[in-house]
Amino acid sequence: MAPVYEPWDATRGAEIIAEHTHLEGATLVILHALQEAFGYVPEPAIPMIAHALNLSRAEVHGVFTFYHDFRHEPAGRHVLKLCRAEACQAAGGDTLAARAEAKLGIAMGNTTADDRVTLEPIYCLGLCATAPSAMLDGRVVGRLDEARIDALVAEAQR
Amino acid sequence: MSLRIFVPRDAGAVAVGADEVALALGRTASKRGVEIEIVRTGSRGLYWLEPLIEVATPQGRVAFGPVTESDANSVLAAMIADGAHPLRLGLTDEIPWLKRQTRLTFARCGVIDPRSVEDYRAHDGYKGLERALTLSSDAILADVTASGLRGRGGAGFPTGIKWKTVAQTSADQKYIVCNADEGDSGTFADRMIMEGDPFVVIEGMTIAGITVGATKGYIYIRSEYPHAIEAMKAAISAAKRAGYLGARIGGSAHSFDLEVRVGAGAYVCGEETSLLESLEGRRGIVRAKPPLPAHKGLFGKPTVINNVLSFAAIPFILAGGAKAYADFGMGRSRGTMPIQLAGNVKYGGLFEVAFGITLGELVDEVGGGTFTGRPVRAVQVGGPLGAYFPRALFDTPFDYEAFTARDGLIGHGGIVVFDDSVDMVKQARFAMEFCAIESCGKCTPCRIGSTRGVETIDKIRAGNRVPENIAVIEDLCNTMKFGSLCALGGFTPYPVMSALKHFREDFGPAPTRLQAAE
Repeated sequence: MAPVYEPWDATRGAEIIAEHTHLEGATLVILHALQEAFGYVPEPAIPMIAHALNLSRAEVHGVFTFYHDFRHEPAGRHVLKLCRAEACQAAGGDTLAARAEAKLGIAMGNTTADDRVTLEPIYCLGLCATAPSAMLDGRVVGRLDEARIDALVAEAQR
Repeated sequence: MSLRIFVPRDAGAVAVGADEVALALGRTASKRGVEIEIVRTGSRGLYWLEPLIEVATPQGRVAFGPVTESDANSVLAAMIADGAHPLRLGLTDEIPWLKRQTRLTFARCGVIDPRSVEDYRAHDGYKGLERALTLSSDAILADVTASGLRGRGGAGFPTGIKWKTVAQTSADQKYIVCNADEGDSGTFADRMIMEGDPFVVIEGMTIAGITVGATKGYIYIRSEYPHAIEAMKAAISAAKRAGYLGARIGGSAHSFDLEVRVGAGAYVCGEETSLLESLEGRRGIVRAKPPLPAHKGLFGKPTVINNVLSFAAIPFILAGGAKAYADFGMGRSRGTMPIQLAGNVKYGGLFEVAFGITLGELVDEVGGGTFTGRPVRAVQVGGPLGAYFPRALFDTPFDYEAFTARDGLIGHGGIVVFDDSVDMVKQARFAMEFCAIESCGKCTPCRIGSTRGVETIDKIRAGNRVPENIAVIEDLCNTMKFGSLCALGGFTPYPVMSALKHFREDFGPAPTRLQAAE
């Protein structure tokens, strides 16, 4: 199931920010909440967060850009994350990652031209004893082989 | 009669179809008109047998695995008839791989319903806290110190001393922080315990809180662990409802509250000071020490920051087990270590055992070698910052000091097995590349050294002035090891240098000495 996101709306964004301003060190919590609602963190939200938390825009921008998770633009309809860390490498993950790239016609870290699939590396899902592993839109899949990776790619392309 | 069937909800089991098996069991039971109760537990940690499902019998739980959706009907029939089945593994407690372990921290994982405080209590849960509430802070500290527990995140710092420092520092507010940013590849013990027995982590943190006088705690969980986040949040709500968190816990004068915070995909946030920065809502930039977090931690307040497994070991110790805990182990490594066997390994999973077992026993006997059936060539112990060990060092006992003596580290207890198809130059390059991707950028050796490391290893792979470039790598590693602020830059040399030292042949022809002319 592809996640469904709301289109960016400043009023809704302000509401989400206001829900969390009472927390200690709220910046990451707010960025997560915005991304959960809109699928990414829209640029206009940065000065809004800064204002709400009495921080500079530069500080919030710094946090936003430091972490790999936060998206600057919407991802494809489906996000396929392949674990690229050592345990999955040991179990043949490199070959499967190359196979997924070839099937989708994109390199790791990119989105297909039709905006259907974003393919991303992830460094460890903690499924190292059922490696190689992947995550499709939040669903975890282990013991990947050629057939399973093909099925995952096909599912993401639908 | 209703059958009680246990199906794991652990992410590792779900990744190989546990949810589908649970649904199929429900369908086939209603078709047969049999009443069943499905309890979703954590994992027992025998991942090659996942989904491993169990049924309660008068003799104890009987296991079946690995069960697929299409096996559900026949497995249920075998459960009803108490009959034979190709996937029947017998009594779970008698499975040799499980029986050989010493499960102190993981005693309940895979056994209880991780959403139920009652189930936790029925399996000796909250006995540690109940006893701790009758003790003085000093008496609790004495128990933690006597147990010999050392930080399970990797650094191995004595937990008792850390807690004592925070207890002795006076402040208007103190914090307990649980480091659940388990980013090391090959490790999943934190994830398993949070998903399978979250109350043990809560209980351990609560004991820490009453010991040092902290009223607020945070669990910082990496975003790659959605199942663990859900499990911890549910457990915190359940503990609050049962009066084990909040004001006047367990009817005492102590208050303690917990909150889950989610990371955002930065490996460096597993480093404690970087984690604190992140919790404060900033970039995960490492802090220089001193001041120690025990003196100036979260928001500048005295803070106990420990790994998930350190907190999870506390309830057993406080329930009167300090001496029993210390009786296990070797040298200065006391107690048990939940070891994780991963990668290309036949029998991968969670193996909790007293310190002192050798690497060879773990890889060959417990792990059964590789699943590809090819010979084991290298194992990486302790995550992306851990050294690669060749077979020649398989006599190394699992012990903090023994690994240090051989230029390695046990880290968080993960062992990743590689067969003979591994290219060790590629692995060395990956270590540098990973450090370059994840470096927080504060210190030069890590930020620039890792990028130069990738470039230099690329030259070696291309056969370009190999001996000279190996000398550059050695020099670079030396600078990173002694010049970096934290373990990311400081320990990246371990995988690189161990690959170079033990697998020199992969790096191209050895330097030929100039022969004197005849």
